[in-house]
Amino acid sequence: MEVGIKETILAIITTDPQKVFGSSPVFIAKDKEEANRIGLLLSRILKAMVHDLENGVYIVVKH
Amino acid sequence: MKDMASIVILGVIMGVAARIFMLRNDYRSYPSYPHGYVTHISLGFIAAFLASLAIPALMEKEYTAVTFLVLAAQQFRDIRNMERETLSKLEELSLVPRGLDYIEGIAKVFEARNYLVMLVSLTTTGFAVFFNLQIGAIAGIISIFLTGFLMRGQFVRDIAEVKPGKLHFEKSLLMVDDIVIMNIGSPEAKEKILQDGVGVVIHPKDDNARATLNNLGQRQAILHDVAALVGSKLETGEPDFTPLMRKNVDTGKLALFVVPNEKDIECIIEAIYRTPVLESATQKPLSSDIGRKAAD
Repeated sequence: MEVGIKETILAIITTDPQKVFGSSPVFIAKDKEEANRIGLLLSRILKAMVHDLENGVYIVVKH
Repeated sequence: MKDMASIVILGVIMGVAARIFMLRNDYRSYPSYPHGYVTHISLGFIAAFLASLAIPALMEKEYTAVTFLVLAAQQFRDIRNMERETLSKLEELSLVPRGLDYIEGIAKVFEARNYLVMLVSLTTTGFAVFFNLQIGAIAGIISIFLTGFLMRGQFVRDIAEVKPGKLHFEKSLLMVDDIVIMNIGSPEAKEKILQDGVGVVIHPKDDNARATLNNLGQRQAILHDVAALVGSKLETGEPDFTPLMRKNVDTGKLALFVVPNEKDIECIIEAIYRTPVLESATQKPLSSDIGRKAAD
Protein backbone atom coordinates (compact mmCIF):
# COMPACT_ATOMS: atom_id res chain seq x y z
CA MET A 1 0.00 0.00 0.00
CA GLU A 2 1.26 3.43 -0.92
CA VAL A 3 1.29 5.95 1.89
CA GLY A 4 1.84 9.64 1.28
CA ILE A 5 0.76 13.11 2.19
CA LYS A 6 -1.98 14.42 -0.09
CA GLU A 7 -3.75 17.72 -0.64
CA THR A 8 -1.11 19.71 1.25
CA ILE A 9 1.56 22.08 0.06
CA LEU A 10 4.72 19.98 -0.15
CA ALA A 11 7.03 22.75 -1.27
CA ILE A 12 6.98 26.41 -2.25
CA ILE A 13 9.10 27.85 -5.05
CA THR A 14 9.40 31.60 -5.32
CA THR A 15 11.37 34.34 -6.96
CA ASP A 16 10.35 36.75 -4.20
CA PRO A 17 11.11 35.50 -0.65
CA GLN A 18 9.11 38.41 0.79
CA LYS A 19 5.88 36.77 -0.30
CA VAL A 20 6.21 33.48 1.54
CA PHE A 21 6.16 32.60 5.18
CA GLY A 22 5.42 29.40 7.02
CA SER A 23 6.47 25.84 7.58
CA SER A 24 6.67 24.34 4.08
CA PRO A 25 10.09 23.97 2.48
CA VAL A 26 10.76 27.10 0.43
CA PHE A 27 13.01 27.11 -2.63
CA ILE A 28 14.16 30.54 -3.71
CA ALA A 29 14.87 30.89 -7.41
CA LYS A 30 16.75 33.77 -9.00
CA ASP A 31 14.33 34.09 -11.92
CA LYS A 32 11.19 32.62 -13.44
CA GLU A 33 13.16 30.18 -15.55
CA GLU A 34 14.91 28.67 -12.55
CA ALA A 35 11.61 28.55 -10.66
CA ASN A 36 10.07 26.55 -13.52
CA ARG A 37 13.00 24.18 -13.59
CA ILE A 38 12.84 23.57 -9.83
CA GLY A 39 9.10 23.14 -10.16
CA LEU A 40 9.52 20.49 -12.85
CA LEU A 41 12.13 18.61 -10.85
CA LEU A 42 10.13 18.72 -7.61
CA SER A 43 6.96 17.62 -9.33
CA ARG A 44 8.71 14.59 -10.81
CA ILE A 45 10.49 13.74 -7.55
CA LEU A 46 7.39 14.12 -5.39
CA LYS A 47 4.97 12.77 -8.06
CA ALA A 48 3.03 15.94 -7.49
CA MET A 49 1.74 18.90 -9.44
CA VAL A 50 3.01 22.46 -9.71
CA HIS A 51 0.43 25.21 -9.29
CA ASP A 52 0.98 28.84 -10.14
CA LEU A 53 -0.24 31.50 -7.70
CA GLU A 54 0.42 34.12 -10.40
CA ASN A 55 2.54 36.34 -8.16
CA GLY A 56 5.87 34.64 -8.70
CA VAL A 57 5.04 31.95 -6.15
CA TYR A 58 4.60 28.32 -7.19
CA ILE A 59 3.38 25.57 -4.91
CA VAL A 60 3.85 21.81 -5.27
CA VAL A 61 0.76 19.84 -4.26
CA LYS A 62 0.08 16.14 -4.40
CA HIS A 63 -3.50 15.21 -5.36
CA MET B 1 -40.26 -39.31 -17.65
CA LYS B 2 -38.03 -39.25 -20.71
CA ASP B 3 -40.05 -36.28 -21.89
CA MET B 4 -39.21 -34.36 -18.69
CA ALA B 5 -35.49 -35.02 -19.22
CA SER B 6 -35.56 -33.45 -22.69
CA ILE B 7 -37.52 -30.48 -21.34
CA VAL B 8 -34.88 -29.90 -18.66
CA ILE B 9 -32.08 -30.23 -21.21
CA LEU B 10 -33.81 -27.70 -23.47
CA GLY B 11 -34.16 -25.31 -20.52
CA VAL B 12 -30.47 -25.66 -19.71
CA ILE B 13 -29.42 -25.09 -23.32
CA MET B 14 -31.59 -21.97 -23.58
CA GLY B 15 -30.29 -20.64 -20.25
CA VAL B 16 -26.65 -21.14 -21.16
CA ALA B 17 -27.29 -19.62 -24.59
CA ALA B 18 -28.79 -16.59 -22.84
CA ARG B 19 -25.70 -16.26 -20.64
CA ILE B 20 -23.35 -16.48 -23.63
CA PHE B 21 -25.48 -13.94 -25.49
CA MET B 22 -25.18 -11.56 -22.53
CA LEU B 23 -21.43 -12.12 -22.27
CA ARG B 24 -20.57 -9.86 -25.17
CA ASN B 25 -17.05 -8.63 -25.00
CA ASP B 26 -17.19 -4.90 -25.51
CA TYR B 27 -14.85 -1.98 -25.04
CA ARG B 28 -15.39 -2.01 -21.30
CA SER B 29 -13.46 -5.23 -21.65
CA TYR B 30 -14.80 -7.08 -18.74
CA PRO B 31 -14.38 -9.99 -18.50
CA SER B 32 -11.77 -10.13 -21.21
CA TYR B 33 -9.99 -13.27 -20.07
CA PRO B 34 -10.84 -16.88 -20.88
CA HIS B 35 -11.07 -17.65 -17.18
CA GLY B 36 -13.64 -14.91 -16.70
CA TYR B 37 -15.72 -16.52 -19.45
CA VAL B 38 -15.42 -19.96 -17.88
CA THR B 39 -16.50 -18.66 -14.48
CA HIS B 40 -19.55 -16.87 -15.80
CA ILE B 41 -20.66 -19.58 -18.20
CA SER B 42 -20.33 -22.19 -15.45
CA LEU B 43 -22.42 -20.12 -13.07
CA GLY B 44 -24.88 -19.50 -15.89
CA PHE B 45 -25.08 -23.27 -16.39
CA ILE B 46 -25.86 -23.80 -12.71
CA ALA B 47 -28.51 -21.08 -12.81
CA ALA B 48 -30.06 -22.56 -15.94
CA PHE B 49 -30.06 -26.07 -14.49
CA LEU B 50 -31.70 -25.04 -11.23
CA ALA B 51 -34.37 -23.01 -12.96
CA SER B 52 -35.05 -25.74 -15.53
CA LEU B 53 -35.78 -28.20 -12.74
CA ALA B 54 -38.36 -26.01 -11.01
CA ILE B 55 -41.41 -26.54 -13.23
CA PRO B 56 -40.83 -30.27 -13.97
CA ALA B 57 -40.39 -30.76 -10.20
CA LEU B 58 -43.71 -29.04 -9.56
CA MET B 59 -45.36 -31.29 -12.15
CA GLU B 60 -44.02 -34.29 -10.25
CA LYS B 61 -45.54 -32.81 -7.08
CA GLU B 62 -42.07 -32.35 -5.57
CA TYR B 63 -42.90 -28.99 -4.04
CA THR B 64 -39.83 -28.77 -1.79
CA ALA B 65 -37.60 -28.85 -4.86
CA VAL B 66 -38.50 -25.22 -5.48
CA THR B 67 -36.49 -24.23 -2.39
CA PHE B 68 -33.47 -24.86 -4.64
CA LEU B 69 -34.17 -21.47 -6.17
CA VAL B 70 -33.54 -19.83 -2.82
CA LEU B 71 -30.15 -21.49 -2.71
CA ALA B 72 -29.44 -20.13 -6.18
CA ALA B 73 -30.33 -16.59 -5.16
CA GLN B 74 -27.85 -16.86 -2.30
CA GLN B 75 -25.15 -18.11 -4.68
CA PHE B 76 -25.64 -15.27 -7.10
CA ARG B 77 -25.44 -12.63 -4.43
CA ASP B 78 -21.89 -13.86 -3.95
CA ILE B 79 -21.18 -13.12 -7.60
CA ARG B 80 -21.89 -9.49 -6.96
CA ASN B 81 -19.43 -9.47 -4.07
CA MET B 82 -16.85 -11.32 -6.14
CA GLU B 83 -17.06 -8.84 -9.01
CA ARG B 84 -17.04 -5.88 -6.69
CA GLU B 85 -13.96 -7.10 -4.84
CA THR B 86 -12.00 -7.95 -7.99
CA LEU B 87 -12.74 -4.64 -9.67
CA SER B 88 -12.08 -2.60 -6.52
CA LYS B 89 -8.67 -4.23 -6.17
CA LEU B 90 -7.78 -3.60 -9.80
CA GLU B 91 -8.87 -0.02 -9.28
CA GLU B 92 -5.93 0.75 -7.00
CA LEU B 93 -3.44 0.46 -9.82
CA SER B 94 -5.58 2.02 -12.49
CA LEU B 95 -4.56 5.45 -13.82
CA VAL B 96 -8.10 6.51 -14.68
CA PRO B 97 -10.22 4.48 -12.25
CA ARG B 98 -13.77 3.35 -12.97
CA GLY B 99 -15.10 4.75 -9.73
CA LEU B 100 -17.19 2.95 -7.12
CA ASP B 101 -20.51 3.64 -8.81
CA TYR B 102 -19.39 2.09 -12.08
CA ILE B 103 -18.05 -0.98 -10.25
CA GLU B 104 -21.30 -1.32 -8.32
CA GLY B 105 -23.19 -1.08 -11.60
CA ILE B 106 -21.07 -3.77 -13.25
CA ALA B 107 -21.36 -6.05 -10.21
CA LYS B 108 -25.13 -5.61 -10.15
CA VAL B 109 -25.36 -6.44 -13.83
CA PHE B 110 -23.38 -9.65 -13.37
CA GLU B 111 -25.73 -10.73 -10.58
CA ALA B 112 -28.84 -9.78 -12.49
CA ARG B 113 -27.71 -11.66 -15.60
CA ASN B 114 -27.89 -14.93 -13.69
CA TYR B 115 -31.47 -14.18 -12.67
CA LEU B 116 -32.23 -13.44 -16.29
CA VAL B 117 -30.75 -16.80 -17.23
CA MET B 118 -33.11 -18.41 -14.69
CA LEU B 119 -36.01 -16.48 -16.16
CA VAL B 120 -35.19 -17.71 -19.66
CA SER B 121 -34.90 -21.30 -18.44
CA LEU B 122 -38.17 -21.03 -16.51
CA THR B 123 -39.98 -19.62 -19.53
CA THR B 124 -38.56 -22.30 -21.80
CA THR B 125 -39.42 -25.21 -19.53
CA GLY B 126 -42.80 -23.69 -18.68
CA PHE B 127 -43.82 -23.45 -22.33
CA ALA B 128 -42.30 -26.84 -23.09
CA VAL B 129 -44.27 -28.50 -20.29
CA PHE B 130 -47.62 -26.92 -21.14
CA PHE B 131 -47.28 -27.05 -24.93
CA ASN B 132 -44.38 -28.90 -26.53
CA LEU B 133 -40.62 -28.75 -27.03
CA GLN B 134 -40.76 -26.66 -30.21
CA ILE B 135 -42.91 -23.95 -28.62
CA GLY B 136 -40.64 -24.08 -25.56
CA ALA B 137 -37.60 -23.48 -27.75
CA ILE B 138 -39.28 -20.56 -29.55
CA ALA B 139 -40.37 -19.04 -26.23
CA GLY B 140 -36.79 -19.40 -24.98
CA ILE B 141 -35.31 -17.62 -27.99
CA ILE B 142 -37.87 -14.82 -27.75
CA SER B 143 -37.16 -14.38 -24.03
CA ILE B 144 -33.40 -14.22 -24.71
CA PHE B 145 -33.90 -11.30 -27.09
CA LEU B 146 -36.46 -9.74 -24.80
CA THR B 147 -34.08 -9.77 -21.83
CA GLY B 148 -31.34 -8.28 -24.01
CA PHE B 149 -33.71 -5.53 -25.08
CA LEU B 150 -35.15 -4.81 -21.64
CA MET B 151 -31.77 -4.73 -19.92
CA ARG B 152 -30.22 -2.33 -22.40
CA GLY B 153 -30.36 0.68 -20.09
CA GLN B 154 -29.72 4.29 -20.92
CA PHE B 155 -26.60 5.86 -22.35
CA VAL B 156 -25.27 9.38 -22.05
CA ARG B 157 -26.50 9.87 -25.64
CA ASP B 158 -30.07 9.66 -24.32
CA ILE B 159 -29.67 12.36 -21.70
CA ALA B 160 -27.13 14.86 -22.98
CA GLU B 161 -25.65 16.57 -25.97
CA VAL B 162 -21.88 16.85 -26.37
CA LYS B 163 -20.20 19.67 -28.27
CA PRO B 164 -16.54 20.56 -28.79
CA GLY B 165 -15.27 23.24 -26.41
CA LYS B 166 -12.42 25.72 -26.63
CA LEU B 167 -9.46 24.71 -24.50
CA HIS B 168 -7.51 27.77 -23.36
CA PHE B 169 -5.58 29.27 -20.48
CA GLU B 170 -6.55 32.31 -18.46
CA LYS B 171 -3.18 33.03 -16.87
CA SER B 172 -2.55 29.81 -14.95
CA LEU B 173 -6.13 28.51 -15.07
CA LEU B 174 -6.99 25.86 -17.60
CA MET B 175 -10.46 26.51 -19.00
CA VAL B 176 -12.90 24.84 -21.38
CA ASP B 177 -15.09 27.64 -22.71
CA ASP B 178 -16.08 29.46 -19.49
CA ILE B 179 -15.55 26.56 -17.08
CA VAL B 180 -12.42 26.43 -14.93
CA ILE B 181 -10.78 22.99 -14.94
CA MET B 182 -7.64 23.45 -12.82
CA ASN B 183 -4.59 25.52 -12.06
CA ILE B 184 -1.42 24.51 -13.87
CA GLY B 185 1.97 25.98 -13.02
CA SER B 186 4.37 24.24 -15.33
CA PRO B 187 4.91 26.05 -18.68
CA GLU B 188 5.89 22.79 -20.40
CA ALA B 189 2.64 21.16 -19.32
CA LYS B 190 0.66 24.21 -20.48
CA GLU B 191 2.24 24.08 -23.92
CA LYS B 192 1.64 20.34 -24.21
CA ILE B 193 -1.98 20.68 -23.11
CA LEU B 194 -2.69 23.39 -25.66
CA GLN B 195 -1.06 21.26 -28.34
CA ASP B 196 -2.55 17.84 -27.56
CA GLY B 197 -5.43 18.40 -25.13
CA VAL B 198 -9.10 18.28 -25.99
CA GLY B 199 -12.00 20.03 -24.27
CA VAL B 200 -15.65 19.19 -24.80
CA VAL B 201 -18.81 20.49 -23.19
CA ILE B 202 -21.65 18.20 -22.15
CA HIS B 203 -25.07 19.84 -22.16
CA PRO B 204 -27.69 17.94 -20.12
CA LYS B 205 -31.03 17.74 -21.94
CA ASP B 206 -33.23 18.38 -18.89
CA ASP B 207 -33.17 18.67 -15.11
CA ASN B 208 -33.16 14.89 -14.67
CA ALA B 209 -30.06 14.65 -16.82
CA ARG B 210 -28.50 17.55 -14.98
CA ALA B 211 -28.96 15.83 -11.62
CA THR B 212 -27.66 12.53 -12.99
CA LEU B 213 -24.54 14.04 -14.55
CA ASN B 214 -23.94 15.94 -11.34
CA ASN B 215 -23.07 12.62 -9.71
CA LEU B 216 -19.32 12.24 -9.31
CA GLY B 217 -19.52 8.50 -9.95
CA GLN B 218 -21.21 9.13 -13.30
CA ARG B 219 -18.54 11.65 -14.22
CA GLN B 220 -15.77 9.23 -13.30
CA ALA B 221 -17.43 6.55 -15.42
CA ILE B 222 -17.41 8.91 -18.42
CA LEU B 223 -13.75 9.77 -17.84
CA HIS B 224 -12.86 6.09 -17.54
CA ASP B 225 -14.62 5.18 -20.77
CA VAL B 226 -13.05 8.08 -22.66
CA ALA B 227 -9.57 7.14 -21.39
CA ALA B 228 -10.21 3.49 -22.20
CA LEU B 229 -11.31 4.23 -25.76
CA VAL B 230 -9.09 7.06 -26.99
CA GLY B 231 -6.29 6.63 -24.45
CA SER B 232 -4.86 9.19 -22.10
CA LYS B 233 -1.35 10.63 -21.88
CA LEU B 234 -1.66 10.64 -18.11
CA GLU B 235 1.41 9.06 -16.52
CA THR B 236 1.96 8.05 -12.95
CA GLY B 237 3.71 10.83 -11.05
CA GLU B 238 2.73 13.39 -13.68
CA PRO B 239 -0.74 14.54 -12.71
CA ASP B 240 -0.89 17.51 -15.10
CA PHE B 241 -2.65 15.42 -17.77
CA THR B 242 -5.30 13.93 -15.47
CA PRO B 243 -8.61 13.85 -17.34
CA LEU B 244 -11.13 15.93 -15.41
CA MET B 245 -14.75 17.01 -15.53
CA ARG B 246 -15.97 20.22 -13.99
CA LYS B 247 -19.39 21.78 -13.83
CA ASN B 248 -20.69 25.23 -14.56
CA VAL B 249 -22.67 25.71 -11.35
CA ASP B 250 -25.18 28.07 -12.95
CA THR B 251 -26.16 26.11 -16.03
CA GLY B 252 -25.25 22.55 -15.02
CA LYS B 253 -23.26 21.94 -18.20
CA LEU B 254 -20.06 19.99 -17.76
CA ALA B 255 -16.65 20.55 -19.26
CA LEU B 256 -14.47 17.54 -19.90
CA PHE B 257 -10.73 17.84 -20.33
CA VAL B 258 -8.51 15.03 -21.55
CA VAL B 259 -5.10 14.70 -23.18
CA PRO B 260 -5.84 11.73 -25.44
CA ASN B 261 -3.41 9.49 -27.28
CA GLU B 262 -5.48 9.95 -30.40
CA LYS B 263 -6.60 13.52 -30.82
CA ASP B 264 -9.83 12.76 -32.62
CA ILE B 265 -12.66 14.85 -31.22
CA GLU B 266 -15.39 12.89 -33.03
CA CYS B 267 -14.27 9.67 -31.33
CA ILE B 268 -14.07 11.37 -27.95
CA ILE B 269 -17.63 12.66 -28.29
CA GLU B 270 -18.80 9.21 -29.40
CA ALA B 271 -17.03 7.64 -26.40
CA ILE B 272 -18.92 9.98 -24.07
CA TYR B 273 -22.20 9.22 -25.82
CA ARG B 274 -21.65 5.48 -25.36
CA THR B 275 -21.01 5.63 -21.63
CA PRO B 276 -23.84 3.91 -19.80
CA VAL B 277 -25.94 5.95 -17.40
CA LEU B 278 -25.31 4.32 -14.04
CA GLU B 279 -28.29 3.06 -12.10
CA SER B 280 -26.90 4.43 -8.85
CA ALA B 281 -26.37 7.87 -10.40
CA THR B 282 -29.78 8.18 -12.04
CA GLN B 283 -31.94 10.83 -10.46
CA LYS B 284 -35.36 11.95 -11.50
CA PRO B 285 -36.33 15.18 -9.79
CA LEU B 286 -38.81 15.86 -12.61
CA SER B 287 -40.87 12.86 -11.49
CA SER B 288 -41.82 14.69 -8.31
CA ASP B 289 -44.18 17.63 -7.91
CA ILE B 290 -41.55 19.72 -6.17
CA GLY B 291 -38.95 19.01 -8.85
CA ARG B 292 -41.37 19.93 -11.66
CA LYS B 293 -42.46 23.09 -9.92
CA ALA B 294 -38.88 24.14 -9.20
CA ALA B 295 -37.88 23.49 -12.81
CA ASP B 296 -40.24 25.98 -14.45
